[in-house]
Amino acid sequence: MKKLYLLDDAIISPLGFSTEENISAIREGKSGLQLQQKPEITENSFYAGIIDESPLNDAFKAIGYPKKYTKLEKMMLLAVQQILNKNPNLNLAETALVITTTKGNINLLKDPGNFPEIRLKLSELGQVIANFFGFVLKPIIVSNACISGGLGLAVARRLGSIGKLKNALVVGGDLVSDFVVSGFNSFQALSQEACKPYSRDRNGISLGEAAAAILVIIDKPESSRNIALIGDSTVNDANHISGPSRTGEGLYQSIQKALKEASISTTEIDFLSAHGTATIYNDEMESMAFHRSGLQNTPLHSLKGYYGHTLGASALIESIVTKHSMLKNHLYSSKNFGELGVSKSLNIIQQNGEKQINYALKTASGFGGCNLALVFKKE
Amino acid sequence: MQQDFYIKDWVKIKDGKISNSKSEIFNSSEKNLDFFLKSVYDFLELKYPKFHKMDGLSKLGILGTEILFRENSISTDTALILSNNASSLETDRQFQESTKTFASPALFVYTLPNIVLGEISIKFKLQSENAFFIAESFNAEFLKNYSESLLTSGKSSEVLCGWLNLQNGEYDVFLCLISSEINISFSEECLKNLYFAEND
Amino acid sequence: MINLQTELKESIIEQLNLEDMEPADIGNDEPLFGDGLGLDSIDALELIVLLEKDYGIKLTDPAQSREIFVSINRMAEFIEANRTK
Repeated sequence: MKKLYLLDDAIISPLGFSTEENISAIREGKSGLQLQQKPEITENSFYAGIIDESPLNDAFKAIGYPKKYTKLEKMMLLAVQQILNKNPNLNLAETALVITTTKGNINLLKDPGNFPEIRLKLSELGQVIANFFGFVLKPIIVSNACISGGLGLAVARRLGSIGKLKNALVVGGDLVSDFVVSGFNSFQALSQEACKPYSRDRNGISLGEAAAAILVIIDKPESSRNIALIGDSTVNDANHISGPSRTGEGLYQSIQKALKEASISTTEIDFLSAHGTATIYNDEMESMAFHRSGLQNTPLHSLKGYYGHTLGASALIESIVTKHSMLKNHLYSSKNFGELGVSKSLNIIQQNGEKQINYALKTASGFGGCNLALVFKKE
Repeated sequence: MQQDFYIKDWVKIKDGKISNSKSEIFNSSEKNLDFFLKSVYDFLELKYPKFHKMDGLSKLGILGTEILFRENSISTDTALILSNNASSLETDRQFQESTKTFASPALFVYTLPNIVLGEISIKFKLQSENAFFIAESFNAEFLKNYSESLLTSGKSSEVLCGWLNLQNGEYDVFLCLISSEINISFSEECLKNLYFAEND
Repeated sequence: MINLQTELKESIIEQLNLEDMEPADIGNDEPLFGDGLGLDSIDALELIVLLEKDYGIKLTDPAQSREIFVSINRMAEFIEANRTK
């Protein structure tokens, strides 16, 4: 298998409309989570990371007509535009477009506005993005629950390894829709406070919306410092469709396989970007899988305290932040962590710090029992 | 080393007819989706109570894989690579409807297209590569390429790939089992021919 | 007049898609979760919805629900004591 090199990226979120703004905000400990009230869905207030439409539309006016596109499309288009601005010579006839999302424009189900029904289809969302910029190849759309964002990177690497792709723009996004809020509320999984991954008093997720995009290539770039994806694996728990395996079997196997493919051992991993949704079960499962993998001393964080859970965008955003962590040799703290509340010990990053990061591991898990592990290398 | 892969077996479920590589297995004029799915379940003598809690997409996936996996031994690392056009919209609409009174968690859990991969994994104890893709229509080239990447890299020794679509009660299922056991060539052309062939 | 236990069993069979089951198949003291009927975590969430929909009882503490959903009898006791419908 070949390596996949991570080039320019962009994050559009409540923390800012560029990767730089997002990284600064994370470093300063700022969170995009704010108190929300949706009495028609739940009498409890909850926290979510929601992008204000007004600045989004203002930013979008520079490239397109805001009324013609849905909120999610505007977020994703802005992200892709930033990449293309930095890469004006990119041949869009040959560049693959990989889109990662769980629900796409699902908000149109309740409030279609002036958009036709077909916009609910993820293939249509893909075509809107492709047509906006002039991508020629049929978009590859990954919709595999909360591992989608990272799986998109793995898909690009896998196709690139057999010569079916030279470079790709991977773009992910999801919304905090009433649909998803109702759903997680029916699961009693919505925390009334800002989520607290791995903490003793954690009691559920906070949702978030965001989009992110990254240019990836198979051929080694000319620049001297690069971050490459060198190992990837997905393994299903085969246990339950909404509850993770108690032993973390699928995640554990994903990690083992990804490390084996990368030809490195656990001890060489300098940093772990975990999933950490702050549900009782997910975080506990992760602690099991990490412990079984010998990762209990590896500095780790969850970014869900800054963004909330951005579903199909989460693993992509978190991979991008990991990439910058590696390039800068910075560790960012796991926001809202208090006292450890999982049965296996973990080395949660409690304050920003510096560390030489040569290898990083990114993991994600999702509904349907799916799990993902990605190994990144600095070279 | 160039390795070749083959379509070991396949199954199609469409317009009341079910066929695999050997013959037509089932034929029904039942137009109601739930009744049709139940009739296939009974015909196969499935005995899997969890089936009745699943949504239409997952039921179709379980029935299709049941037929394939009864006839063929599979390895626990058989990758599940499925695709469709409608994602889980059929169930999404039902969930949306439930939010008007009481949002149903049993429906919400099925509002992701990859849940069927979880159901298949649980039933057949597969701890393997999963991916669900959305496309405008059946994309033989893509499925062939992605499956091949898993097989040649050694991530999976076999792949179940195909199309599993459900929209407005209409289902279109075409699942293929791919391995290195010599059989019909695993090519874009063969996949297209099989998918587009009219049932006899 | 139908008693609460039978009414509950009928609702549960319907709401949880327990195909081919009749109220007579569920014992009043039979464990609903684990061994016995073998319901799972999603079923538990649906039972919480059922309590609110049919009997006007709102349950927000998951620990509480574990105690109540032990058996049909226990559920019926709880409903009698707390129903608002």
